[in-house]
Amino acid sequence: MARITLEHIRHAYGERPRSEADYALKEVHHEWNDGGAYALLGPSGCGKTTLLNIISGLLQPSEGRILFDGRDVTELSTQGRNIAQVFQFPVIYDTMTVYDNLAFPLRNRRVPEAEVDRRVREILDMIGLADRAKKKARGLTADQKQKISLGRGLVRSDVNAILFDEPLTVIDPHMKWVLRSQLKKLHRQFGFTMVYVTHDQTEALTFADKVVVMHDGQIVQIGTPAELFERPSHTFVGYFIGSPGMNVLPAKIDGITVTLGTDAIALDYRPNIAAGATTELGIRPEFVRLGREGMAVRVIKVEDVGRQKIVRAELGGKPIAIVVPENGEIPAEPRVSFDPAAINIYANSWRVGREA
Amino acid sequence: MEKTWNNKAWFMVLPVLLLVAFSAVIPLMTVVNYSVQDTFGNNQFFWAGTDWFVDILHSDRFWAALGRNLLFSVIILAIEIPLGILIALNMPKKGIGVPVCLVLMALPLLIPWNVVGTIWQVFGRVDIGLLGFALSALGLDYNYVNDVFDAWVTLIVMDVWHWTSLVVLLCYAGLVSIPEAYYQAAKIDGASRWAVFRYIQLPKMKRVLLIAFLLRFMDSFMIYTEPFVVTGGGPGNSTTFLSIDLVKMAIGQFDLGPAAAMSIIYFLIILLLSWIFYTVMTSSDEQA
Repeated sequence: MARITLEHIRHAYGERPRSEADYALKEVHHEWNDGGAYALLGPSGCGKTTLLNIISGLLQPSEGRILFDGRDVTELSTQGRNIAQVFQFPVIYDTMTVYDNLAFPLRNRRVPEAEVDRRVREILDMIGLADRAKKKARGLTADQKQKISLGRGLVRSDVNAILFDEPLTVIDPHMKWVLRSQLKKLHRQFGFTMVYVTHDQTEALTFADKVVVMHDGQIVQIGTPAELFERPSHTFVGYFIGSPGMNVLPAKIDGITVTLGTDAIALDYRPNIAAGATTELGIRPEFVRLGREGMAVRVIKVEDVGRQKIVRAELGGKPIAIVVPENGEIPAEPRVSFDPAAINIYANSWRVGREA
Repeated sequence: MEKTWNNKAWFMVLPVLLLVAFSAVIPLMTVVNYSVQDTFGNNQFFWAGTDWFVDILHSDRFWAALGRNLLFSVIILAIEIPLGILIALNMPKKGIGVPVCLVLMALPLLIPWNVVGTIWQVFGRVDIGLLGFALSALGLDYNYVNDVFDAWVTLIVMDVWHWTSLVVLLCYAGLVSIPEAYYQAAKIDGASRWAVFRYIQLPKMKRVLLIAFLLRFMDSFMIYTEPFVVTGGGPGNSTTFLSIDLVKMAIGQFDLGPAAAMSIIYFLIILLLSWIFYTVMTSSDEQA
């Protein structure tokens, strides 16, 4: 177990990066608490796997330092860092039995055979493959193979951290849920520091205590699931998280008055905005009320998604999504109003706080 | 899915059937025909039964040639397979080195057999050949025309030069199909270089190695052109392999009957050995 400190980490895959755009990972400066469960969330190509491989030591960062419990490990190999990592696609050693696969990381480290046996049996029970221990690993299904990959990560009791790189991609949906809750249970039981990379918001939000949202090579927000939902600090977080994502509407802001097209609404605070910044208003579809009062909208279509309906509409020519309860009515002349407490104001895509 | 039966479909296989018939079945049956008859010329044939087969199987000449053939195959397999794996493991995986290495590796494979033979025949000559002359100049007593050991070394080095590339290319194809994640996982698991080879690379190369092994075995067991050009089967009979002996018997002495019997035995040996290798090497798969 370890506290992981990333000091001004930057990484470029090419030699001699010239501009900011050459960096796959822009500056990351952050500390991961010992025993925390973190999710790295972001779309494909945002740099999350790069960051993970830098932590595990498979990649050397172009710039910056990595510390485990205050000790500089930047130059250390993966083995020297004592990290476990589980990959997107199951990696198993075909010619070995399930048992030998799990014992492999321990035997490579010259752990006494009695201890190996004890740990492997424990993991076999945990991943539910005890009855197949003596079978060749080759004949297993994709999710059983991935369980072995997970098991090889978990079998070492002394690891500093366990890193997961989209480990449930190949798993069936119902098994995903089972495995995720098993991981969660393991985390509570053993208190490993866990970092979990995913592009699936549900996975990230259910697994992690803290979600790290990445976009275009940088961390845009670190927060609890509730913070990400209620106060997205960047418009990207707003529409990446939530289904549908946050409505972001171009807005003119003057004191506490926000002008959206021809409509004006009042804020309950005075945002402090630098002159010349592009300003936008963000509001979650859940906090938009559809009724007979407020700003006129034109309904384009209604999607019924079960317990609620998603109304796709236009407000002053801009698309807006509204969540309406299953039996909520849609008036003939629909109008919308916003919950003032749920409004976020963005200047140049970054949130302008209430406190300013 | 419902199967439709249409007997006209048999006509579809007719072209292939004809091709195989003329290129393989009919020649083979002709050989069978010769092997059970004797002739004294004038196209007059007499039934000889299994006499020729008995003769061949009791001739020391046949067993000696077979022994030389097996020895040759064992030696070149023992060199080419490990050497091929070693080279493939050390070939670059990306960058400009990949096409360069691949082309260099493929070059010997593009040279016709008789040209390979001629190249080495000249190369090894003590009077004008670069290799032979250089070895003599260094004071080594090298002469593949007179010395049995030197003749064998020349043939083996030539075959290794000519065919190791095939093993390399096949192994390389197997190696590049291994996803990067396997190597990363092995690093995480703390595997040694040997363990990576033993548990990741070797299992992934197993199928192509089987193919390389069979191809090299069959080819080396049927080797004819190169020793024919380089040593002509000598000195003495020391490099007279089955194929060379067969041609001597059939074309040189015009003993069609014994030659036909011998080629059938030869064919059956290759078939049998290939089948044994294949069965042994694939059986470990089924234990899983």
